[in-house]
Amino acid sequence: MTETPLLRLAGVHTHIGRYHILHGVDLAVRRGRLTMLLGRNGAGKTTTLRTIMGLWRPSAGEIVFDGAPIGGMETPDIARLGIAYVPESMGIFAQLTVRENLLLATGPAGFDKARLDEVLALFPALKQKWADSAGALSGGQKQMLAISRAIIENRRLLVVDEPTKGLAPAVIQHLIDAFLRLKSTETTILLVEQNFHMARSVGDDVAVMDDGRIVHTGSMAALAGDEALQQHLLGLSLASHQ
Amino acid sequence: MTASPALRRFNERLPYVLVPLLLLVMLPAMSFSTWLTLTVAGLAMGMMLFLMAAGLTLIFGLMQVFTFAHGAFITLGAYLAVSVVGALAGWSGAESWWLNLAVLGIALAVALLATGAAGYVFERVIIRRVYGSHLRQILITVGGLIIAEQLIVAIWGANPLPLPKPASFRGSLILGGAAIEKYRLVAAALGLVVYGALHLLLNRTRVGLLVRAGVENREMVEALGYRIRRLFIGVFVAGTALAGVGGVMWALYQELVTRSIGSEMTILIFIILVIGGLGSIGGCFTAALLVGLVTNYVGFLAPKLALGSTILLMMLVLLWRPRGLFPVGAE
Amino acid sequence: MKRGGAGTLDRLLSGDRPGGWLLNLLLLLLLASLALAPFLFPGTRSVGVAARICIFIVLAASYDVMLGYTGIASFAHTMFFGMGAYGVAIALARLAPGWGAVLLGAAAGVALAIVVAVLIGLLSLRVRAVFFSMVTLAVASFALILATQLRDLTGGEDGLTFSVPAALSPAFRLAAEPVLGVRLDGRIVTYYLIFVVSLALFLLMLRIVNSPFGRVLQAIRENEFRAEALGYRTVLYRTLAGALSAAIAALAGGLMALLLRYNGPDVTLSFTVMIDILLMVVIGGMGTLYGPALGAVVLVMAEYYLQPVMAALAGSLAGVPLLPALFDPDRWLLWLGLLFVLVVYFFPAGIVGELRARARPVTSAPRRG
Repeated sequence: MTETPLLRLAGVHTHIGRYHILHGVDLAVRRGRLTMLLGRNGAGKTTTLRTIMGLWRPSAGEIVFDGAPIGGMETPDIARLGIAYVPESMGIFAQLTVRENLLLATGPAGFDKARLDEVLALFPALKQKWADSAGALSGGQKQMLAISRAIIENRRLLVVDEPTKGLAPAVIQHLIDAFLRLKSTETTILLVEQNFHMARSVGDDVAVMDDGRIVHTGSMAALAGDEALQQHLLGLSLASHQ
Repeated sequence: MTASPALRRFNERLPYVLVPLLLLVMLPAMSFSTWLTLTVAGLAMGMMLFLMAAGLTLIFGLMQVFTFAHGAFITLGAYLAVSVVGALAGWSGAESWWLNLAVLGIALAVALLATGAAGYVFERVIIRRVYGSHLRQILITVGGLIIAEQLIVAIWGANPLPLPKPASFRGSLILGGAAIEKYRLVAAALGLVVYGALHLLLNRTRVGLLVRAGVENREMVEALGYRIRRLFIGVFVAGTALAGVGGVMWALYQELVTRSIGSEMTILIFIILVIGGLGSIGGCFTAALLVGLVTNYVGFLAPKLALGSTILLMMLVLLWRPRGLFPVGAE
Repeated sequence: MKRGGAGTLDRLLSGDRPGGWLLNLLLLLLLASLALAPFLFPGTRSVGVAARICIFIVLAASYDVMLGYTGIASFAHTMFFGMGAYGVAIALARLAPGWGAVLLGAAAGVALAIVVAVLIGLLSLRVRAVFFSMVTLAVASFALILATQLRDLTGGEDGLTFSVPAALSPAFRLAAEPVLGVRLDGRIVTYYLIFVVSLALFLLMLRIVNSPFGRVLQAIRENEFRAEALGYRTVLYRTLAGALSAAIAALAGGLMALLLRYNGPDVTLSFTVMIDILLMVVIGGMGTLYGPALGAVVLVMAEYYLQPVMAALAGSLAGVPLLPALFDPDRWLLWLGLLFVLVVYFFPAGIVGELRARARPVTSAPRRG
């Protein structure tokens, strides 16, 4: 018997203005696993994430989080259910310090010392820049800050949009390590990525999107081992994309 | 085309030193006592403008509500001052610091509460339905402004009303060979206190943190679980309350209250917002001081240009920094 | 397929029929009233009101091109109105009061208006929308300051009084005997000059907004990013629209100067005029041109004829606290302001938009799939 997924989308449509972006998305994110959402540019991946977070309202379909329907709820209420969002643009507040950025992600009690130490151990660069304004950070550091903000408190689901975009390979590797460590804590993660190396390294399940629909679901391992399928779905082969 | 790092750093730091720079530049242009008089006058005017503009920069910057009705709350504050000071004429006329301060304090308190309440009603009735459409906001707040001004005239009459300063605030002190108006010192002091309080609120409290973050990226603040819209009404009410306070101070400064006292300020306030950048209290403060100082310096050096000088200043700043001196938030 | 007379009418209106029998009727009545105003409503005052309506129809419609069709909220429109008025006024005050002076003054006003409109249009390149609106307010204020300061040129606060060409002066007689009970003097000539020019300008604007150029403007209003993506240089189009709008406003200003034989900052540059235009366009219906026309009628009539009604109402309410003050005839703007707010809320399409919507045949709602 398969357990119920933590997050389930069924037949989700999203219209932005006059444009019909999502044409019936069916997606299941299993508990404790990292689900990759792949697809080429314009396939609708970011729109899917934004719809889950309530930033776009779905025009049809169901979104169910841990048994409770969340489609149509306001973004702050969705976030309060325990979903952390790391957008493509990272959402860093440049005028605030690193400390203030992280503080925003904590509750009224402020930082939990032990947790903070853990996070800073994962991303030591942030400790150095603690009192600096976040706008002065490098691209990679900003991404680390964005992810730290998502994990500084316990969340039930992490929704991350293209974290490796525009980053140097060394930084990407650092992120891969960070995600692997996160996975060991049984955090459920939904990750959108274009970088297939990253995807293959951290993904458990995979869903591929095209033209606003999910066109393939399965395990990452299966996809990684099937070059012909990769070629068909993503127009690339594992070897050519590092 | 990249400028050298040193030049770029200079360019970035320049807005912060503009006010001291202006003060220094003006020093050799006139006698010291004149410079002192004008500088205090300019700073005092700037502080009063800051009171009126501070709320609006947050309303524009955080709430993205482009209201053209702010002048109505200034006017309301001014007329309330007339009523309060008139009712307490005995205390106001007495040569007692305490009684005079009490009158001022009561006038400020009444204006704060009344314009805050009016702001609450305004937000619920008028602004509430036009979130998201900037054009409709502009249109409807212009309508609101018309209605508010007409209501004020209906209540207080169409004639200009005199508003004498409380006795101890009249006249000047002699400092450094210059005659410094006492009232200007009071106004400047109040402005500093309010600026200090706002600074503390924004930088030391969770609410302030939310406001500063929200000005940059509202969506992300919501995605972090904060119902930032609840904050909006508070910001709007605080903004209109400050406008009322500014109205009281300005009315006492002018000693004459007309129905357009608020609208006259609107242009200057907009110039301050454009120069300072939307959403930045520090920027608003600097810009307000600049406008106050420029108005007074130019008023002395080239009286004919005085009224237009601030507009020219705004154009110059826009050419240099299209988003203002201290832009906040992603574009 | 439309034939014959209807076809000519369509060409005249550039295919932009008002729509709906009530709207058609109202506009037809308006046209007829204005065309025959001196004969239907004889008397200097009524003819003056009719002329004012003609001028404001043009002024409001030109503002609609910016606000309703292109989506730009500028507060500098009265400045262009003033430029045209001052152009004609200064020319007639300085030079011999003949048609040459009128044309020269009008041309100068239009030229200045176009130059300033282009500069403002280029400004929109650098600054965001709300800054733009605020800056136009400041620029208009600057123009007002200039007009009051440059006494030698503009007559300052007092304005300029001047003589008009002979044909327009009250003493002029077109015909020795009165026609249909009305004496055909210079005022009538002035009126018909204003009427004909206003009508021509209105039809010109109809042509412009219904041309491919006009459709691009509307595309820009709807979604600027998309328009850019489709390859339209939006700044260019917006600047052109602004320049056209400004030029027509300036011409309206020239007509105003001829009507009043006087021009001052309060007549053409004050913010009350700007508010009036805004009210006309929004109440009448943005983006329709016919809307501002009806709005102009509503507002000018209210200004002149609402006040006695309010005075009577205030009289009957004497003794009640506050209410008489609300109905004081000087408070007519309060009620217009209220109407304005109600229109923006509940009838955002304005009078014309609502009438057009009702006139459209009802279509069935799409079936839920």
